Amino acid sequence: MAPKIPPKARLEHSESVTGGAAVDEHEHHPSGPLRWLLTTNHKEIGTLYLIFSLTMFLIGGVMALVIRVELFQPGLQLVRPEFFNQMTTMHGLIMVFGAVMPGFVGLANWMVPLQIGAPDMALPRLNNFSFWLLPVAFLLLLSTLLMPGGGPNFGWTFYAPLSTTYSPPSTTFFILSLHMAGISSILGAINIIATILNLRAPGMRLMDMTLFVWTWLITAFLLIAVMPVLAGVITMMLMDINFGTSFFNAAGGGDPVLFQHLFWFFGHPEVYIMILPAFGIISIIVPTFARKPLFGYASMVYATASIAILSFLVWAHHMFSVGLPLIAELFFMYTTMLIAVPTGVKVFNWITTLFRGSITFETPMLFSLAFIVLFTIGGFSGLMLAIAPADFQYHDTYFVVAHFHYVLVPGAVFSIMAAVYYWLPKWTGHYPDERIGRWHFWLSVIGVNLLFFPMHFAGLAGMPRRIPDYALQFADFNMASSIGGFLFGFSQLLFVWVVIKCVRGGETAPAKAWDGATDLEWSVPSPAPLHTFETPPDLRRVAG
Amino acid sequence: MSGGSYYVPASSKWPVLAGLALGLFMIGTGVWLVFDQASYLVALGALAIVTVMALWFRDVVRESQSGLYDEQMDRSFRWGMGWFIFSEVMFFAAFFGALFYVRVFAVPWLDGEGAKGVSALLWPDFVASWPLMNPPDSSVAGPREVADPWQLPLVNTLFLVVSSITLTIAHEGLKEGYRDSARNCLAVTIVLGICFLFVQGLEYYEAYHHLGITLQAGIYGATFFLLTGFHGAHVTVGATILIVMLWRLRRGHFTPDNHFGFEAAAWYWHFVDVVWIGLFLFVYVF
Repeated sequence: MAPKIPPKARLEHSESVTGGAAVDEHEHHPSGPLRWLLTTNHKEIGTLYLIFSLTMFLIGGVMALVIRVELFQPGLQLVRPEFFNQMTTMHGLIMVFGAVMPGFVGLANWMVPLQIGAPDMALPRLNNFSFWLLPVAFLLLLSTLLMPGGGPNFGWTFYAPLSTTYSPPSTTFFILSLHMAGISSILGAINIIATILNLRAPGMRLMDMTLFVWTWLITAFLLIAVMPVLAGVITMMLMDINFGTSFFNAAGGGDPVLFQHLFWFFGHPEVYIMILPAFGIISIIVPTFARKPLFGYASMVYATASIAILSFLVWAHHMFSVGLPLIAELFFMYTTMLIAVPTGVKVFNWITTLFRGSITFETPMLFSLAFIVLFTIGGFSGLMLAIAPADFQYHDTYFVVAHFHYVLVPGAVFSIMAAVYYWLPKWTGHYPDERIGRWHFWLSVIGVNLLFFPMHFAGLAGMPRRIPDYALQFADFNMASSIGGFLFGFSQLLFVWVVIKCVRGGETAPAKAWDGATDLEWSVPSPAPLHTFETPPDLRRVAG
Repeated sequence: MSGGSYYVPASSKWPVLAGLALGLFMIGTGVWLVFDQASYLVALGALAIVTVMALWFRDVVRESQSGLYDEQMDRSFRWGMGWFIFSEVMFFAAFFGALFYVRVFAVPWLDGEGAKGVSALLWPDFVASWPLMNPPDSSVAGPREVADPWQLPLVNTLFLVVSSITLTIAHEGLKEGYRDSARNCLAVTIVLGICFLFVQGLEYYEAYHHLGITLQAGIYGATFFLLTGFHGAHVTVGATILIVMLWRLRRGHFTPDNHFGFEAAAWYWHFVDVVWIGLFLFVYVF
């Protein structure tokens, strides 16, 4: 069972404790910008992560709009093909490493200590270090666009030899910036694991944790397991480029396919790193607004763990058309299809949670419901791609683009937005504006489908990805996609508006901001004071 | 579980400075590699990283010495160090994976195994072997000879295995309160580590000047230097940590039941040792 707010007596106890903490006794905070640079507080660092993530989301989004405006009509209109390639590459890198991952880490920073009754993250200074690596890393990455020869232009998957023999000089800077982002992720994940395993309130067993905490525990394990592999593979690239080694060069006995194996051994678990915390968020929001406990809590935990384990055994499904031995094609096809089982468990559990619930449709719930429907569409197209013989047709077409954008945008990104709408009352003490929130939701959901759904058809009809120009028969699909892209992109300004408006004021939220919410974070005041749970809440069941 | 005394540090300037130091190091490396300029920035960045780390750890040691940490904090450090070492394991796993992939798949396939065939058109005369003395293309010169595992590498294996034993004796001594023998054994461990690095340097010299094993010598040279080089870097880091521990031991830090700094250093050293065993077997012997 998911944890419940402690009984009334304990609730008052914990409120009086946290209330006292609003008067800050054990630190004198530096004020102004220094406060943010030097902070060790999980809430402030969480806020920094979320602001960083939103900034990167908007920068990456502008790059996406450059792509969509070029593809509005066939022919070359606005940008040179070389620049177009830089835009597709940087859009992918920024969204994956700059927007989605830091977004989830920011939510973990804010909510994991609050949901397990911990005073802060286990290693608060390390936490600050993890964050401040990111702006440095991404400034370095963005600066490559201004370097001679331009920025990375080989796609976000940076396959060798495109990214080694034939890459622009700035690739070395790209590698170094990715190293920094990777160090940030590893250290952040170590911190989250240590927090969850060691700082839970007395009496909170592992199977009492919320699904968000559970999914983050497993995600952190995945991060620690695969980010070093990414570090390894980019180090080998660095050496091939600068020191004349032959890792990815068949002339010296190496193999470009080795790059793909190593990259996807990182890359596939990375996909789950970007979706497991989303599963956790949905598993919290859906029960709240259905006013029912989550159906199948234990099976959700086991399904998450199964997905994580399987994620290490499926990587070569990204490489079906590269020339693998038949036995490898079969192995990776079947393991990939197996993932549909635990994922299906999750979708069925969400639907069953909704069944006969007293559902209301506040903005976080709207985004969560859209997540369930649209992520499932992305899941099904993933199942189609898993079929090796069919993948020979779909490979490197817009069908793949449609698939992973369905799981990442109305999947991961919608879940982050749902989480922001859900927890804004806890963060700011005000409810987000429901009317603008709904406008944001409906414009986003219409825009996102108009943007990505036609890509399925363009891809199945044979339109390759990563090209600035295309054959005439794809013109209508692309025009629809571009209109959808601009609709979706500009409606995100509403989101920025809602957040700013909510920070500045709005309807005051009580400690328990949502009627059906049951987790521990709703036992502290809204807005949550800087220090919470300095004395941990005692969740031990009283014997007898 | 939490007892309400968990130490949450006040704001600190080291994390953000560490981020900037690492950024300086990365920018310096990039400017040096790409534009071949300002190589002093690399050294400056490295110096900045070491300085900030030293000052950061000094704060942690002081907090620990003044009794601010409780058992729960000790467990946080244990989890943190344990998972950090796991991340290092995965880092080396990528390199070992690359080595195995090349040896088991890539090189035989270049020779036409498994109905691949395409490379047989490119390099029809190529014959697969490991160590790969003759890379497929004539533009890449392979090594002339490979190192004999039963000479310098064996000596190095003995150094590291013995150093792990002496370190364990030092640890047990510390736990039993024999601080002098702990200190001496730790010193021996450090000396053995430095001997290892010296012999590794000798071996690199031999490789470059007599055996023709270079970074550019095809996939054999590449994997050889990747694995031994990163291992050597980790031995350097490990030995540095042990030197700090020796210094702390002499300063009277650590008690028989509270010495996680020492223990973490020992974990790291044993990890580096185990990686070497893997290297010795799969890079040198087999």
